[in-house]
Amino acid sequence: MAPNADSQSPSKGEARWPLVMVLTSPFAAIGRAAIRWSGNLGASAVFLLLAILKIVRPKQVSKIIQQVYFIGAKSTMIIMLVGLFTGMVMGLQSYRALVKVGAEGALCTLVALSLVRELGPVLTAIMIAARAGSAITAEIGIQRISEQIDALDTMRIDPLRYLISPRIAASIISFPLLTALFDLIGIVGGYISGVLLLGANAGTYLHRVQASMEMKDVTEGFIKAIVFAVIVSTVCCYQGYFAHMRTDSHGAKAVGLATTSAVVLSCVLILVADYVVTSLLV
Amino acid sequence: MDTPLIEFNDVTKSFGSRMVLDRVNLQIYEGQVTTIIGLSGSGKSVLLKHIIGLLKPDEGTILFKGKPLATMKKKEKAAFLAQISYMFQDNALFDSMTVHENIALPLRETTNLKKDEIDLRVTARIEQSELSDAAAKYPSELSGGMQKRAALARALVTDPKIVLFDEPTSGQDPVRKNAILSMIAEYQRKFGFTAVLVSHEIPDVYFISNRILALYDRAIVFQGTPEELENFDHPFKDEVIHSLEGLQEELTGLYSKRQFKVLYQVQLKQKTFSGTYTVVVFTLEEMDVFITRLGHEAAQEAIRRMGVYIDKHFGAIGGFSTRRYTNEFVTVLPNSDLAEVESMLKNFIDDFQEKGIRGIGAAALKHAASEVRVEFSILAGISQGQPIEDIDSVIGSAKQQQKEIARIRCDVRR
Repeated sequence: MAPNADSQSPSKGEARWPLVMVLTSPFAAIGRAAIRWSGNLGASAVFLLLAILKIVRPKQVSKIIQQVYFIGAKSTMIIMLVGLFTGMVMGLQSYRALVKVGAEGALCTLVALSLVRELGPVLTAIMIAARAGSAITAEIGIQRISEQIDALDTMRIDPLRYLISPRIAASIISFPLLTALFDLIGIVGGYISGVLLLGANAGTYLHRVQASMEMKDVTEGFIKAIVFAVIVSTVCCYQGYFAHMRTDSHGAKAVGLATTSAVVLSCVLILVADYVVTSLLV
Repeated sequence: MDTPLIEFNDVTKSFGSRMVLDRVNLQIYEGQVTTIIGLSGSGKSVLLKHIIGLLKPDEGTILFKGKPLATMKKKEKAAFLAQISYMFQDNALFDSMTVHENIALPLRETTNLKKDEIDLRVTARIEQSELSDAAAKYPSELSGGMQKRAALARALVTDPKIVLFDEPTSGQDPVRKNAILSMIAEYQRKFGFTAVLVSHEIPDVYFISNRILALYDRAIVFQGTPEELENFDHPFKDEVIHSLEGLQEELTGLYSKRQFKVLYQVQLKQKTFSGTYTVVVFTLEEMDVFITRLGHEAAQEAIRRMGVYIDKHFGAIGGFSTRRYTNEFVTVLPNSDLAEVESMLKNFIDDFQEKGIRGIGAAALKHAASEVRVEFSILAGISQGQPIEDIDSVIGSAKQQQKEIARIRCDVRR
């Protein structure tokens, strides 16, 4: 019932309404956030679908190659560095644990399987999201706020085809390749710390790489890499592309916040997707 | 009149609760330069973005050659949009591309031309825009004027039939502003496209525009020629045009610079005036000494009286005058020869010396502490011009001819 506006003193109803508002406001906020989230999710899905459909269009090859160079080739060093030290840490920790149960021969199995099935795709995706994903969001965001994307529209150049499709295609190409590189360097890292530094048997280590690994493990890693590629590229491109529609800020600040959101959201979604894909494939 | 190329029928647009366009009706005709004028934030750019489809109206219809854009098939609409180029207010050049790459982009992405052909066309546009030295540079390495020219070159490289210019002269110095407007006019004549401009440059845009559209209070309140706008009686004129052109020449009672230019255009350029006209440039010299010794009030009075006497002597015979700078006046006499002007100048000086300086002393009394005598000169230069000539060059020529025509002595006694 609506409060009586004509009464001189507050009625019971009037006094009750603010209380109800206070009590329900957290739920209203959650509801609003949920609606916003589901709206964004739907929009992202449409955005991704349209961008994928526009990958196979004329004049796309050179743009995709450029993006493979930026997202893939230029991430090589950082991926190798992270892969090496991840493998070394795994070798170190695993060796110490395995020695206690007398199973140091399983060192390579542990390192290789962990890297190929789990750590390789996840850490590669997080590293690319941090290095290339943030740059993609910032670049597209700046192009948006400086009307460069509108300029593309006025020149009859489809911004999705020109800006987004090549980045998504390049990510789908680059992520599995970089994941493979990460896995390889990680296994070498495990060899360095486990065999060269801690004295595990070199022959056993190398033999186990081949013996313990199945094609299924490699496939699982690559499937994850492709899923993460789609997630990272879509989130980063989407955040930049719609930076001007943010309600929390405008202009350069909006681009900054979009970049932060893109990286954080990508990392969270990588971990969520990792669980979902693992549970589906196991 | 012909069917408009582009027509707005009751177009309304709001952003949230803020209505920007309220039942806007306008017509844009083929091959003409149409300028939309209005105050900042009045919705001019929004209006322009509706034409190119960057924004869609909440209500109303936009017609292209009589056909509503909203009901056009995809192919038809694409064909319509293919005829339009848009020059953004802030240029919207791609900052990670060189000038050459920026200009080549629409050709590279929307045509099947070979690289050599694209390079040929882009190089030609770069040369026309005098950007040859900047072709390999990035937009951030260019001056504002060069960026504008690069944006203009990009807008024209596809040989569009309609070009929309969103404040093409914003942020430019006066010389560059005129250069850009001249460039637009020249290109429009050369390539024959339909130009739609959003501009604040009053009266300069009048001289390149066939039609003016006035956007005021969310609606188009005037459509017509610049001359018709002069006779348009509406609050828009007071609030917008006068605020855009700066202060009226209230001090001297002469025409403002805008009115002066419009009169020049109407009387000498667009009518069947075929003879020569005479320009006189007057300068009050040594005003700094005058101000120091007699004060600003007396100096203002001297300038005011100079304007009044110029108008009295030359306005009566069809001349029109304006104050160009603080102490410089220009008079155009459409139907006088040199001998007549020389004679009128003599009468003017005699009258000014006899009666004109009287009030100056009174104004100086407030400043001068004791008895003061100040002398200043009046210079005048005469030149003749023809309608085809640029008024500024005739004024420049008259200024070069300037010589002292009177030495005025002003005595102040307490």
